[in-house]
Amino acid sequence: MKVTKLANLLVIALALTMAASGCKKKPTPLINIPRGQTGGPADVGQGNPVGLGNGATGEGVTGTGGGGPVGQMNPADVEHWTPNTEIFKSDTVYFAFDSASVKTMEKAKVAAVAEAFKANVSPAAIRIEGHCDERGTEEYNRALGERRALALREALIDLGVDGAKVLTVSFGKDRPAADGHDESAWSKNRRGEFILLTPPK
Amino acid sequence: MKSLKSFLAALAALAALLVCGTAAAQNEIEVQSTINILGRTQPIWVSLSGFGGEAEQVLKFDLYVQGFNFTNADNAQYLITGSGDGNLQGRVTDRFSKNTLVSKAYSGASLRRQAHAFADDFVEALNRKPIGRTKIAFKVQAGRNNEIYVADFDGRNAQAVTRDDTLVAAPCWVPGRFAVEYVSYKLGSPGIFLQDLSTGARKTVAYYGGSSISPAVSPDGRKVAMILSKDGWTDLYVGDVDGGNLKRLTKSPEDESSPCWSPDGQWICFATKIKERRVLCKIPATGGTAQRIPTDGVRSPTEPDWSPDGKWIAFTAQMADFQICVVPAAGGDATVLVAGEDPSWAPNSRTLVFNRRSVGRLSLLDVPTKQVKDVPRVSSGINSQPSWAR
Repeated sequence: MKVTKLANLLVIALALTMAASGCKKKPTPLINIPRGQTGGPADVGQGNPVGLGNGATGEGVTGTGGGGPVGQMNPADVEHWTPNTEIFKSDTVYFAFDSASVKTMEKAKVAAVAEAFKANVSPAAIRIEGHCDERGTEEYNRALGERRALALREALIDLGVDGAKVLTVSFGKDRPAADGHDESAWSKNRRGEFILLTPPK
Repeated sequence: MKSLKSFLAALAALAALLVCGTAAAQNEIEVQSTINILGRTQPIWVSLSGFGGEAEQVLKFDLYVQGFNFTNADNAQYLITGSGDGNLQGRVTDRFSKNTLVSKAYSGASLRRQAHAFADDFVEALNRKPIGRTKIAFKVQAGRNNEIYVADFDGRNAQAVTRDDTLVAAPCWVPGRFAVEYVSYKLGSPGIFLQDLSTGARKTVAYYGGSSISPAVSPDGRKVAMILSKDGWTDLYVGDVDGGNLKRLTKSPEDESSPCWSPDGQWICFATKIKERRVLCKIPATGGTAQRIPTDGVRSPTEPDWSPDGKWIAFTAQMADFQICVVPAAGGDATVLVAGEDPSWAPNSRTLVFNRRSVGRLSLLDVPTKQVKDVPRVSSGINSQPSWAR
């Protein structure tokens, strides 16, 4: 009888201890996403209404938009510039799955683009187009493609290229370089392409 | 004997406490008093008689994706009778109590629309939010580009919102207005636009250097959350629904993506990475520190959508393939529901529309009963990225 009573007490004690330690998980505060900044209208500019025309008929447009304080150029500034997709084609940078890190073996390509661009004295800009393979969800891939383009932009800036001349665009998985549903195709699609833009003559 | 009994009782109490080991369990206990969303709830059995043709087709579709199923009159809980000749007349009686829930004659619009209205009257008599006359927006592939479409939630009456022959993405309804926001590459870089669906008029919400993507309009229709990279990183911003008064909420080299709002407008949930691990987080909509929303049991959560009743977050988990999952809004154990991606909640907080990549079409899932119905594909291209108007 005595043993059972003791066992009883032990169980209750254990139960109380568990209750005291708490069942509820507190949300884990992040430490590497800092407090967001407030942006005043003067800093970030506004999405101006532009004459896109009737959505159904799709008339011609002119685009405007604000750039950020440390950010990218206004894409409207280069809207009618001539793209050259061939000049840096062999410098297309490839990425690992679900990664936007520029691999060591790819860095020579970035350096080649940086040197060629800096050596060029006439007006020009670079558009970096980031892409993904088909294996992600749509919006995740659109952000990942952008992250890849941004990583290459940062690498160019680190090599002395003027960031105001480098524009990024993500195509997510919408523009694969290779069709196919295996790693041979996927590895060709996880890429950043450098497009040289020059003003119309 | 008495001591043994009390010992066993104490053990049972301990066992109960062991079950209460996670926040998810606490949420489960709360929610089970309403909808048993995590188990497999039995459907409500109804019988249908007298309709035929389109009326019967509409009733069956609408009710199945709201957790009803069909049997004969001897076994049904509710008897649905009527006729669909010309105009629809319908009656619903409770087989046990003999009460009449609905007894109505419909006119106007079309027979399909009358049938949707009848289905709505039935579910409303059960104190549920109706969905029979709601709409979805989604993306349709057209050659190497795509267009935004809207349709009835069952895929009918589909209409093109855009005809730009460019890349578009991520349509999102503006609550309270017949309008959508979406991403378009029409100007060259991906930008976010707001289009009034009645007039076709549209304006630029966000067009900056970099990519402006993933619009999510707040439940009160006044704000929009977006992912913008104009300042050098893919970060979360909030602006007025037309893009003014922009405020940056995150400043992080990690890729934030796919924001969505809590129904009270206080929080924005989004996908991001913590130390290379893909997670869901939420941040106060007015700015502040982000918190992780745990999704235990699944990997790589993305594309979240917060249920209108505030209780659940549906999302896609990217594992061996894509799985639609739900997690209690405070975080905890995630439940895998069905293969698919990109879920969007109906106003009833139980039906989800999502995309099945393998067949390139949209599907509807009633979460409690797990009943699934495909939405007829609109046009020949892949249908994806659905957004349910709420």
